[in-house]
Amino acid sequence: MSSVLILVDSVGGKVSKSTAEIATFGRRIGSVIAVVCSSDAAIIVPQLADLAIDRTITCTGVEFEKFSTGAVASALAALVTKESPTAVLIASSARGKEIAGRLAVRINSGIITDAIDIDSELIATQSVFGGSTTVHSVVTHGTPIITIRGNAVEAFHASPGTNAPVHEDFSVSYDGAGGADRAAVLSVAPAVKGGRPELTEASMIVSGGKGTDGNFAPVEALADALGAAVGASRAATDAGWYPHSFQVGQTGKTVSPQLYIAAGISGAIQHRAGMQTSKTIVAINKDPEAPIFDVADFGIVGDLFTVLAQASAGVIAKKS
Amino acid sequence: MKIAVCIKQVPDSWAEKKMGSDQRLDRASVDAVLNDLDEYAIESALALVEAHSPTGEVGEASGHSITVISMGPERATESLRKALSMGADDAILINDDALTGSDALATSKVLAAVILAGGYDLVLCGTESTDARMSVIPAMLAERLGFAQLTFAGKVALNGTTVNISRQTEFGVEEMSAELPVIISVVEKINEPRYPSFKGIMASKKKPLVTKSLTEIGILPADVGSAAAWSTVKDSLPRPPRGVGVKIIDDGNGGSQLVSFLAERKLI
Ligand SMILES: Cc1cc2nc3c(=O)[nH]c(=O)nc-3n(C[C@H](O)[C@H](O)[C@H](O)COP(=O)(O)OP(=O)(O)OC[C@H]3O[C@@H](n4cnc5c(N)ncnc54)[C@H](O)[C@@H]3O)c2cc1C
Ligand SMILES: Nc1ncnc2c1ncn2[C@@H]1O[C@H](COP(=O)(O)O)[C@@H](O)[C@H]1O
Repeated sequence: MSSVLILVDSVGGKVSKSTAEIATFGRRIGSVIAVVCSSDAAIIVPQLADLAIDRTITCTGVEFEKFSTGAVASALAALVTKESPTAVLIASSARGKEIAGRLAVRINSGIITDAIDIDSELIATQSVFGGSTTVHSVVTHGTPIITIRGNAVEAFHASPGTNAPVHEDFSVSYDGAGGADRAAVLSVAPAVKGGRPELTEASMIVSGGKGTDGNFAPVEALADALGAAVGASRAATDAGWYPHSFQVGQTGKTVSPQLYIAAGISGAIQHRAGMQTSKTIVAINKDPEAPIFDVADFGIVGDLFTVLAQASAGVIAKKS
Repeated sequence: MKIAVCIKQVPDSWAEKKMGSDQRLDRASVDAVLNDLDEYAIESALALVEAHSPTGEVGEASGHSITVISMGPERATESLRKALSMGADDAILINDDALTGSDALATSKVLAAVILAGGYDLVLCGTESTDARMSVIPAMLAERLGFAQLTFAGKVALNGTTVNISRQTEFGVEEMSAELPVIISVVEKINEPRYPSFKGIMASKKKPLVTKSLTEIGILPADVGSAAAWSTVKDSLPRPPRGVGVKIIDDGNGGSQLVSFLAERKLI
């Protein structure tokens, strides 16, 4: 039976939602082998039990955190040789794409990035040119390497205890360890985690822009009422109103939630490039000509402070 | 130190882009500009040299050189000239009919060959090209060249032969360090690219800009171009326009109407 390698993505020992999603795509193609390249493997592997995963492999022998993405690419290359999978699936994060790119060079195979769907024949769907065009692509040489955007599929979760992936350790070495890959991570100041969902994983996002004039409280209030993440435009992050890691757009995060609410955001092309594939888009802007309305399913011309306050109260009332 | 900056000419990001009948971006129909994210890489190179130049200026007296490199059609010389007018010293264009339709693997192969031949110690890139949006070239270059990879840098400092960067990742703010040779990609927060001065524009016209063919860089035409592109587009279609949205004017009930809309769509 054909198999698919997926790379497990985790932050601080916690498996990210994207892993569950790429496993779900993997099952469409074959049996799913989840690869863990992390010194937190012991706490990561148990979290994989209920996902669409048939086998788990922990790569041992290399301290992956010490190197750039080259070490992970090298471990995956060794596993491609060992398992001859039909494809390798990786999350479309900045890191995921770098690993995919290096792996493509290493195993001399075609690569497709930012897929939003894949079928059993390995035809990948991508949304390009800021969401204006949908493209179907295939890899024609080697072992297809495909990176997949977050929120592209409803992740499969087995009922607890019904799935039991077989686990093994696989010893790898890294040829870059001695010389080539000497980029050392000197220190990491972990991102401060709030109680809200992760931006790229969230199924709902409320974003604020320049129009908030620095007051994100109403944006956060609606986000919390909805259980949504908070995002921001570059104008808002540049002004220091919200941390840069919350920026949505071409040079920020690319998001594709079920619901995206843009409040006081004009809808510059660089912002739209990061949110245009959201399933439902709501815009609140006092300028009826703002380009954000061109992509909005529901637009409200008005003052964001009054609209957001009323909406938050309404959502809370509806939920209770 | 020899610095190389990889830049790409791309369709203007404001222009409407569409696919041609050959399932590739119809480039002829749109204006081409220097990939704006690459301007930050050029500015970083200039700032690094200025910081390590006895006169505080770029150019020969600095003891360092900045070469801008692009793979693309003849008209990519416009972007290379722009980089020269900002202050880079010389430019190399790799232009060959056989390159048409190249994928990222081929592009990185070509750029790596030019970088190796030129003996550069420090290579700067943007984080992504606004047309391909793959963000894989810098990592592929690091893999091919065996250079240390310092990507998504928000700060770059050079101390002797050591490069330090800081960057924001999903893990937090990382401080990284590596010895030359290195490949760096910079994010747009790193600086404010300068505008070419009149003097810079005049000077750029006399700066060397060479065009190289595949033979001159030792790459076989069969290894690049559409025949060697290991992924292909089967078909493409304009995304169905979003169902015409509703736009209301807040009459004091906008927030409540929003709640009804969300309930209708089963979002709450
Ligand atoms: C290389 C490059 C990369 C970039 N990358 C990104 C990116 O990743 N993400 C990004 O977002 N931008 C990016 N930008 C910037 C982008 O071009 C815009 O400048 C930015 O998105 C504008 O942010 P904004 O919509 O919040 O501000 P503005 O464009 O100033 O819009 C503010 C809006 O708020 C409205 N408003 C004001 N007050 C109120 C009120 N009380 N109630 C309701 N509405 C109100 C106004 O009508 C206006 O439409 C990039 C630019 C460049 C050059
Ligand atoms: N054809 C090219 N010529 C020179 N540099 C390029 C080319 N394509 C990409 N690059 C560089 O690689 C970076 C990332 O591009 P990409 O991987 O295409 O998103 C760009 O910001 C450029 O610095």
